[in-house]
Amino acid sequence: MSFTWFHRLGSPPYVYALAQRLTPWLAWPAALLILAGLWGGLVLAPPDYQQGDGFRIIYVHAPSAWMSLMVYTTMAAAAAVGLIWRIKVAHAVAAACAPIGASFTVAALVTGSLWGQPMWGTYWQWDPRLTSELVLLFLYLGYMGLRAGIEDTQRADRASAVLAVVGVVNVPVIHYSVTWWNSLHQAPSVMRLAKPTMAASMLVPLLLMLAGFTLLFGALLLVRLRAEILARERANPWLKEALAR
Amino acid sequence: MKEFLDMGGYGAFVWPSYALTFAVIALNVFWARRALRRAEAAARQRLAARGGP
Repeated sequence: MSFTWFHRLGSPPYVYALAQRLTPWLAWPAALLILAGLWGGLVLAPPDYQQGDGFRIIYVHAPSAWMSLMVYTTMAAAAAVGLIWRIKVAHAVAAACAPIGASFTVAALVTGSLWGQPMWGTYWQWDPRLTSELVLLFLYLGYMGLRAGIEDTQRADRASAVLAVVGVVNVPVIHYSVTWWNSLHQAPSVMRLAKPTMAASMLVPLLLMLAGFTLLFGALLLVRLRAEILARERANPWLKEALAR
Repeated sequence: MKEFLDMGGYGAFVWPSYALTFAVIALNVFWARRALRRAEAAARQRLAARGGP
């Protein structure tokens, strides 16, 4: 078995060109999936027997929350690869993740709050799930603040990578918070080992949204990754050709 | 249509949730593209400075 493909993933010119080529293949399917999920979630899915039409917030809340965790996990994994093997491109991936993750964490928190008010009678509660998701936002902000505070990119990469890797313990805490502790928040209905607990007409739009958000993350990451690579390559001669494309 | 917008009385919670999430998506697309444009411009400047006199 050949590992040349793996080595190529550490090469900035190769990854830059690959990211450029792949972006539309992720962005357009993402747009189609999200539009289909929107139609399914707002129009086709029947109202919930307990929550009426209020449950439709799930189609934006759950994908945003999924995004917040998936992006953090990607960021921490890339940061670990960057620390262990000193791969510049891996650090660039981690740096590209943070603003995407932070913004969708805000979306998850605010849409959750807008769902909590009519269903639980409160916008906010210092509940394990809500609190650990808020900690996730602070981890993202801390990561970005730390990077912004260190001028030298290599030092910023290493210092922020340590923070990202340490902070990853919060990811399983968020996921299992509703199982480990008594929480206002409902237990997972899709992200579980057993069969999902939703009817197909409600589940399919959610799955479309989750897939759409995942591809959207891929597209956003690839665009930001190119920006991060350009910044790290200073005035390397290969940039001339890459910028002419 | 009025019924759809009312969302069974939950319209005041459903629509702001959707508006915020799609604003976050739109902003992410805008920010990512802006970051790339700025990085490209900066790289062109560095290349020009190196190639210059």
